Amino acid sequence: MARQRLEAARREVATLLGCEPKELVFTSGGTEADNLAILGSVLSHPASGKHVVTTAIEHPAVLNPCRELERSGVAVSYVHPGPDGVVSSEDIRQALRPETALVSVMHANNETGVLQPIAAIAEIAHRAGALLHSDGVQAAGKIPVDVEALGVDLYSISGHKFYGTKGTGALYVKTGTKLRPIQFGGKHERERRPGTENVPGAIAMAKAAAIARGTLPLEPSRLEALRDRLEKGILARVPDTGVNGGAARIPNTTNIYFDGLEGEAMVISLDLKGFAVSSGSACSSGAVEPSHVLLAMGLPVDRARSSLRFSLGASNNEQQVDALIEAVAESAAQLRKLSPTYTHA
Amino acid sequence: MPDRAPIAAAPIAVAMSGGVDSSVVAGLLQRAGHSIVGLTMQLWNQRRLPELAPEGVPTGRCCSLDDVYDARHVAQHLGIPYYVVNFEAGFEEQVVKPFIDDYLAGRTPIPCTLCNNFIKFDRFLDLASGVGASRIATGHYARITFDETTGRYHMRRGVDESKDQTYFLFGLKQDQLARTEFPLGGYTKPQVRELARDLGLPVAQKPDSQEICFVPNGDYAAFIDAYFRERGIAPEKTQGEIRDAQGKVLGEHAGVHHFTVGQRRGLRIAAGEPLYVIATEPASQRVIVGRNDELLRATLTARDMNWISIAAIQGPIRAQVKIRNKHAAADATVTPASGPGRVEIRFDEPQRAVTPGQAAVLYSGDLVLGGGWIQ
Repeated sequence: MARQRLEAARREVATLLGCEPKELVFTSGGTEADNLAILGSVLSHPASGKHVVTTAIEHPAVLNPCRELERSGVAVSYVHPGPDGVVSSEDIRQALRPETALVSVMHANNETGVLQPIAAIAEIAHRAGALLHSDGVQAAGKIPVDVEALGVDLYSISGHKFYGTKGTGALYVKTGTKLRPIQFGGKHERERRPGTENVPGAIAMAKAAAIARGTLPLEPSRLEALRDRLEKGILARVPDTGVNGGAARIPNTTNIYFDGLEGEAMVISLDLKGFAVSSGSACSSGAVEPSHVLLAMGLPVDRARSSLRFSLGASNNEQQVDALIEAVAESAAQLRKLSPTYTHA
Repeated sequence: MPDRAPIAAAPIAVAMSGGVDSSVVAGLLQRAGHSIVGLTMQLWNQRRLPELAPEGVPTGRCCSLDDVYDARHVAQHLGIPYYVVNFEAGFEEQVVKPFIDDYLAGRTPIPCTLCNNFIKFDRFLDLASGVGASRIATGHYARITFDETTGRYHMRRGVDESKDQTYFLFGLKQDQLARTEFPLGGYTKPQVRELARDLGLPVAQKPDSQEICFVPNGDYAAFIDAYFRERGIAPEKTQGEIRDAQGKVLGEHAGVHHFTVGQRRGLRIAAGEPLYVIATEPASQRVIVGRNDELLRATLTARDMNWISIAAIQGPIRAQVKIRNKHAAADATVTPASGPGRVEIRFDEPQRAVTPGQAAVLYSGDLVLGGGWIQ
């Protein structure tokens, strides 16, 4: 029975990504899917003196397995994006080497929401004989995703990013892709991911995928309108602000700098008013460090530290967005009064 | 987005280190009916300089992950909002680097005072005000009162003499005192531990922290050496001769930063009588040693005086003066001296080991008059 429910869940999640059910490996989340994709594909690659191409704006779940590969002698190139947050496929092409085993480029960035040219990069990677992995954690469930149209060989998703339960995820592995397991045990998940399956988690992720698929025709444009309302409202109300990453984005995310402010103080101020926004990346203590994504886009450190990420979701509406604009304007004005570095306006 | 009800306007921001004292502050203020927010300052990354902690990531010191977990646990126990704020860059610039520079210049610094002046009662206070807090509260053992006749905030020693921290707080200005609370100033440490148990705080049994939070085991010389190695800086050579006051060479030393005035250990000189460091001379890399009675000084000049409970003096006053934290305040006459913020202090009885870089803090009974840096 559990087996049937698990396979039904796999069919449902496969439908969200446009793949065959047998091409999906359930994991404990996006991080495990990324690790399995990167370490598993590079380990199974025959060449000696292997090379990986990724980007400087990846999530730590991609960057840190790459650093681990570097420690074991694999060369890794980190391609930087332009100021708009987009990694150019031409820059990826120039980073390729004859021994490149894998290219890993995220579908949508988690801090700016900026979409990356995955289909173009897939073509370039494949022409060079490399596999393409894409971390789709921020994209799946938020925009239509078709792994075949994207041309990826490996694609990671996380259940809780589209309202599944935390601790669920999956890796799409295109049929025929060589992938060694990175954990060892029983023969679960076609011998790619041993361990008793998280059946309730998979069922929850499948249910969330079905709901997301049902809302995909309309929800992105609703969120996009809300996001644009938020962005325009903040930029109009608060001087010396701007959007980081101007290119095409997923509809629910915006990243805005507030010159002269500490993003960390804004996060606290807004949280106390009942709004959860984020700034940079939290280190293990919970303290905030400036965003590596914004720094890689070429923002000066002060501007990166002044930036906030706003994410909207299914439960948000116009009234909340208007209240948030009000709260942001109030918090920014209050903090700027005390800012030693803010002198404009 | 909205994930819980907004909290009451103008809360008190409690600086929570994860230790017993600041946890009790949070508990006491909450019990008194205040709306509070807990904040932990991340000041120093204890994963840096791993050679100082060969057993692995050090724990049980300031800013260790364990402390942050403890502070968060206390906040959760009290049901208050809690945040960690990153002041690492400011702490390194304004506390750690001056600390190192002082040692290399032959002075003996007080990093806790720099941290109070530039981080806790400056950046932290500003951040707290910026996010809407009316005041900050810390676990310092000191008292603040307001004198209606003079319109000044006064600072008084904590009632627990052995825990009194006013020596480190002499730099606080009136506008900082106006926005600060020290709820523990009226309690003894045993009473605070008792309160921690009463409040059911999960850290009630936690041991007290040590002196300088970022220096493991108090070995500041090893810290300085490790800091330079981490940054790939070859420090200027500070080894040199050990001489007596008459100029006679008695031996050699590994660096002036290993020595502080009054120190006896580490000299490695065989002499008929105990020898102590009288002075360090960074310009010539010399350490001057002598007998205990050569350490006695009757006068000193203090600079950059900050006046707390009284306005800047215009003529001589009598006061009790502490020249280091563990010093018993000694009677003295304090006279304005030429130069901005300078005073001359003449002790009734000569005092041992007047040390440049330390502070001279002036008291009248338990009242903190003010303080400055020993020249």
